[in-house]
Amino acid sequence: MTSLQVSELTVRHLGPRGPVTAVDGVSLEIPSGTTLGLVGESGSGKSSLARAIVGLGPLHGGRVLLDGQEVRIRTVRDRRRLGRLVQVVLQDPDTALDPRMTVRRTLVEAATVFHRLDRPARAARVAELLGLVGLDPRLADRLPRQLSGGQRQRVAIARALAVEPGLLIADEITSALDVSVQAAVLNTIRELRRELGLSMLFVGHNLPAVCHVSDVVAVMRHGRIVEAAPTGAILRTPQHPYTRALLAAVPSLRTPPPDGRPS
Amino acid sequence: MAWVTAAMLTSLVVLALVGPLVWGASADRPDPSAVLQGPSVAHPFGTDNLGRDLLARVLTATRPSLLLALAAVLLGATAGVLLGASTAVLAPRARRLVAGLINLLLAFPALLVAMFLAVVFGAGAGGAMLALAVAGVPGFARLAHTLAAGVAGTDHLAAARVLGLRRHRLLWRHVLPNIAEPLLLSTTTAAGTALVALSGLSFLGLGVQPPGYDWGQLLNQGLDRIYAEPLPALAPGLAILYAALTFQLLGEVLAGGVARRGPAPRTTAPPLAPSGPAEDGLVLQVEDLGVELPTPDGVIRPVRGVSLSLRPGEIVGLVGESGSGKSLTALAIADLLPEGARVSRRTLRLLGADLAAMTPKERDRHLATGLAMIFQNPASALNPSLRVATQLTETVRAHRGASRAQAASEASDALRRVALPPAVLRSRPHQLSGGQRQRVMIASGLMVRPGLIIADEPTTALDVTVQRQITRLLSEIRRDTSAAILFISHDIALVGEFCERVLVMYAGTVIETLPADRLAAGTRHPYTRALVESVPDLTADRDRPLPTVPGAPPDPLAPAPGCAFEPRCPRRRDHCAEQAPPLEDLDADHRVACWYPVPVTANPETAVAP
Repeated sequence: MTSLQVSELTVRHLGPRGPVTAVDGVSLEIPSGTTLGLVGESGSGKSSLARAIVGLGPLHGGRVLLDGQEVRIRTVRDRRRLGRLVQVVLQDPDTALDPRMTVRRTLVEAATVFHRLDRPARAARVAELLGLVGLDPRLADRLPRQLSGGQRQRVAIARALAVEPGLLIADEITSALDVSVQAAVLNTIRELRRELGLSMLFVGHNLPAVCHVSDVVAVMRHGRIVEAAPTGAILRTPQHPYTRALLAAVPSLRTPPPDGRPS
Repeated sequence: MAWVTAAMLTSLVVLALVGPLVWGASADRPDPSAVLQGPSVAHPFGTDNLGRDLLARVLTATRPSLLLALAAVLLGATAGVLLGASTAVLAPRARRLVAGLINLLLAFPALLVAMFLAVVFGAGAGGAMLALAVAGVPGFARLAHTLAAGVAGTDHLAAARVLGLRRHRLLWRHVLPNIAEPLLLSTTTAAGTALVALSGLSFLGLGVQPPGYDWGQLLNQGLDRIYAEPLPALAPGLAILYAALTFQLLGEVLAGGVARRGPAPRTTAPPLAPSGPAEDGLVLQVEDLGVELPTPDGVIRPVRGVSLSLRPGEIVGLVGESGSGKSLTALAIADLLPEGARVSRRTLRLLGADLAAMTPKERDRHLATGLAMIFQNPASALNPSLRVATQLTETVRAHRGASRAQAASEASDALRRVALPPAVLRSRPHQLSGGQRQRVMIASGLMVRPGLIIADEPTTALDVTVQRQITRLLSEIRRDTSAAILFISHDIALVGEFCERVLVMYAGTVIETLPADRLAAGTRHPYTRALVESVPDLTADRDRPLPTVPGAPPDPLAPAPGCAFEPRCPRRRDHCAEQAPPLEDLDADHRVACWYPVPVTANPETAVAP
């Protein structure tokens, strides 16, 4: 529903030995209703890029355009305008939710940022949001520590969806989860995209997981995008040597690696 | 101690409430006939220069003394906490400014600031209280700043900012509730300090002015004649001490209550019986291993009846999801369990030697020389302050008494084995990348020429390309040294690719052991099958949802009598809930703990309903 264009984005961090360029003039585009997967290894700058787009991190150059309009965050008002369009889900299920707030309070808070809701409407909205991410509405009165990691991560997704954003940024949301739980969260993400027509930036280091939910995959290395192509194409005919190395390194049960099992 | 504190606190509160009502009149009544008297029956603490009863005055002074101290602390804490906590929600530039200001203010000693300000504000109760409040602000601000920085780094605060919540809301709803506990504790103890400081100001004549009085002022008046009559000075002094002690104790008791919510006390381990008979040619022989862990909610048994054995040169994978007990199994073998844990086992033999029959010292030595552990996080497994050389050589020097030169040459050999240049010996861990650190850890394990290497999620913190290098390295080591490797991981695809034999754990027990090449299509336990199916694969059909395992692992506090997987199992029958299935042989290489194993199918994709 919301398209994202990033052009020549640059992010620098202050390291122990002077500034480090984390994102080096990256341009990418997410047409409305599609999902871009961003893969790369740790330190490749993918999280810095995601955080810079939502204004959580610094931005030292380049432009971010949402539906063709340039995003600038100077005031809280700017941030609220951006928040209506773009929401983010972050990596760590342990700190994703405020430990002192029940699921209900967390979701109500998010749902009432831009809309006034009376009491019955709030209850209905909470149930609707939990249903959207495939959680039992009875979990609404639990505290985060009473939920599993996968449930917490799904509540975090529900919170992001509560403001009805057009673009969702998911930064390594399945990295800290077990495989069987990861599968459920990935399915949830795919369902949401289909039902709500969300545009999405899905950041991760697990190539199969990213490919599973993405229309287009961009491979990032040393702060630059080295290859971007539709998912099928990047899996079948990877062009860049780094993409090929990345694909070859993914362990798989069904296709043994070329060097085979140690004998 | 809690009862004593409660009694002391109650006495103070009661005195503050009723003191002025009961003794207020006699405390203010001058008696020219009894000026500056010593202790007597009528005046147990004596009288002052106007003949007023000192006991009554000390008791009556409880209210003003406590009120002033509490007001000073509350004002100072409120201002300080708001200032410090605001750093979590301010823009970066403002945050740096406020943090700098707090640090600057902290440079001034609080008591000197309080005295200086008391003079500036003018001597009097209000001035002294305000002065003390202001002097307390930097301390509280600093504490709140540190605590709030912890909240500021969390994902939920980042998400709340992206939601567009306003700053005051972020502060009230998300920052303050999460730092309130330690702040309340320190405010309580600060009240005691403030009482002493306020009394000090009054004592110096900067605080409460006559005709008003508090303990500090009474102390001042009593001090003039302390050599003649000690009690008039001692009594208010003791009152100050008593109240300050009460607040300190209250803080301690509250903090103790918070800390008690931590782990339960340790249980004593029973003496271990000698292990069962040794089987020939096994590097590791474990039978019926169990671990009990005390938790705040009760004792749990995260590992139950695990048996495993490794032959020389074998790579065995131990897979399971979080909470399955795979890491605790490894820690139990290496005698590295957390404090309070209890181990039970029928047999535990490493390189043929019975670990139960050894003294603790012998056991440590045997483990240190026969076993190498490689942990998940190479960043914390190495000591950051020691050079690599020191860490590599200390084991051999300690256990084999090798000379420094000999140890150094062995260390560079070990580094060469893991494809690192000898120059790495001189570097410190922070100068190495994650992959290099993990290589150093492996090299360190190789130094003792172990018969068994236990690698607990050694590649989970590493990138896929580095992961591939590390697994390749481990296979080479296995080939060259014929050490057995127990490879623990949650990544079933990696285990299937890298190991020869796989043990799958669920809820503390081994539910299936099979050759790794059967993982893709030949698994028989429904859980293993579902686990394999749920791994996204590059070749999988991306238009279909991934098969998942519905439900959640069982609650370790409430173990059910039947199969642990029964509530989530698509193939369950009544019998499954009643009795747990034993691990039974299907053929020579394949064992499964299931009453109704999944039949072998030609097409594994359709075996489990999504």
